[in-house]
Amino acid sequence: MTAPLTEHTESRPEGATPAVRLAGVSKMYGTGKAGILALDNVDLTVAQGEFVCLLGASGCGKSTMLSLVAGLDAPSAGKIDLDGRRVSLMFQEPALFPWLTVSANVEMALRAKKLDKRQRRASALEFLDMVHLGGFGDKRPHELSGGMRQRVALARSLAQDSDVLLMDEPFGALDAMTRDLLHDELERIWRERTLAVLFVTHNVREAVRLGDRVVLLSSRPGKVVQDFPVTLARPRRTDSTEVARIAAEITDHLRTEVVRHAR
Amino acid sequence: MAVETQNNASDRLSAEIAGLDALELGGKQRGSIAGRLWGRLWPMGIAVLLVLAVWEIVVLSGRWPEYVLAGPTTVIPELGARLADPEFYSAVAVTMRRALVGFALAMLIGLIIGALVSRIRPLRAGVGSLITGLQTMPSIAWFPLSILLFGLTETAILFVVILGAAPSIANGLIAGVDYTPPILLRAGHMLGFRRLQLYRLVILPASLPSFLAGLKQGWAFAWRSLMAGELLVIIANQASIGEQLHYARELADSAGLLATMIIILFIGIVVDMVFEAADTSLRRRWGLHQARN
Repeated sequence: MTAPLTEHTESRPEGATPAVRLAGVSKMYGTGKAGILALDNVDLTVAQGEFVCLLGASGCGKSTMLSLVAGLDAPSAGKIDLDGRRVSLMFQEPALFPWLTVSANVEMALRAKKLDKRQRRASALEFLDMVHLGGFGDKRPHELSGGMRQRVALARSLAQDSDVLLMDEPFGALDAMTRDLLHDELERIWRERTLAVLFVTHNVREAVRLGDRVVLLSSRPGKVVQDFPVTLARPRRTDSTEVARIAAEITDHLRTEVVRHAR
Repeated sequence: MAVETQNNASDRLSAEIAGLDALELGGKQRGSIAGRLWGRLWPMGIAVLLVLAVWEIVVLSGRWPEYVLAGPTTVIPELGARLADPEFYSAVAVTMRRALVGFALAMLIGLIIGALVSRIRPLRAGVGSLITGLQTMPSIAWFPLSILLFGLTETAILFVVILGAAPSIANGLIAGVDYTPPILLRAGHMLGFRRLQLYRLVILPASLPSFLAGLKQGWAFAWRSLMAGELLVIIANQASIGEQLHYARELADSAGLLATMIIILFIGIVVDMVFEAADTSLRRRWGLHQARN
């Protein structure tokens, strides 16, 4: 049995194994004078089992950072060290394949493994069960609601058996109630599987609700300006006063960041 | 007990999620097959009656003599007589065989060319616009060359049918590949697919709707080319629909000519409906269809 959720307070042991390490990472789009510096000398470490939220106004290179860690793009300078860990990335859209059933979508993530058809299908259904969609394997993505589709995408990411889960505003397009439930769901899965999560959002409360740390990025170029540890006990509620208080504090810093650009 | 609270909390979470899912899905219903069929049939019936009425009025106006423009009252019995004639069916069989063989070959060639052009950059630059050019070329313009090359043979007809259909089919595939949603490409990338695997598992299936549209257009071009070909290339001892059309004009058999035209139209409509059905079922499965259907 795992430790009871209610008594758990957050604070990861110092010196926990780093899962993701960015050292002096810069990303330049284009060259010369026309080039745009999206990320400038970013240092960031996410420990195994740690939940880190990246927060920033638009244009801070949050998504760029995830693309770099995911290996979809290469940094112009600096080093990204994953120590051989597998990474999966969830987008703001579910990005499911419309020609496949829900379970076949999850099975796509299992192709790399040497499984026969039946095992693959059984494994996909297990992952769907994990996001409470065990009974929906034979549906088509369009038959599900937005929140359900995003959970299928989560199941597909989990099926990749990665140690690091990157999430790019995954719940941005959902209504508040669905989002709350998905926060609980994600927290539960994160805890069970001791994932390292790097979660990009522009919603401050969401960041405080979920993160062990909230990392604030500046805009143009993106730079780490501040790193807030969130030590509130879990599970947290988005509408609790503690979350609101910390969120207000972080929002003030975020605004100061934004004001710097009003020249 | 702490463990119990945790279980309760997770049960509650499951129940909440299940409840929200049920609320969001709602119920959908589709009408019965007979009902939907009837819904499509009666407007068609009215349209046919309308056309027959206009036709009869034009005939009654007396602008053309009966042996030039026969009215529906003579054409419909003529049509009935043909439908009872085994020779007519052998003519239809010859025409349909040519159509299917030509279309199948065009599909094969279109697929290969489309796949190559969409994958290989230099080919794309050179051949891409050539394919579009070929598509706009009236297929009948190919017949003189085709007859010179192959003589008055079935090969001459098939050559033009293929030239008419293959560019549309290739273009459909190329467009489908081009318009593969970037997010699906990224998702495929994240799942570890590269090159051929990405092409096979993501890009090709994603281009299916566009490919199907290309097939449909290709069929229309193939059918037109075939009719033109059968009018021009008359092969002895091989009765075909186009040939019947040709002789009906030679013999000033207006009723026979119009009956043959109705058959050509009918075959075109039936094949189009097959493509339509394939398209509708694809759209339904992908969730692209509009609320009604």
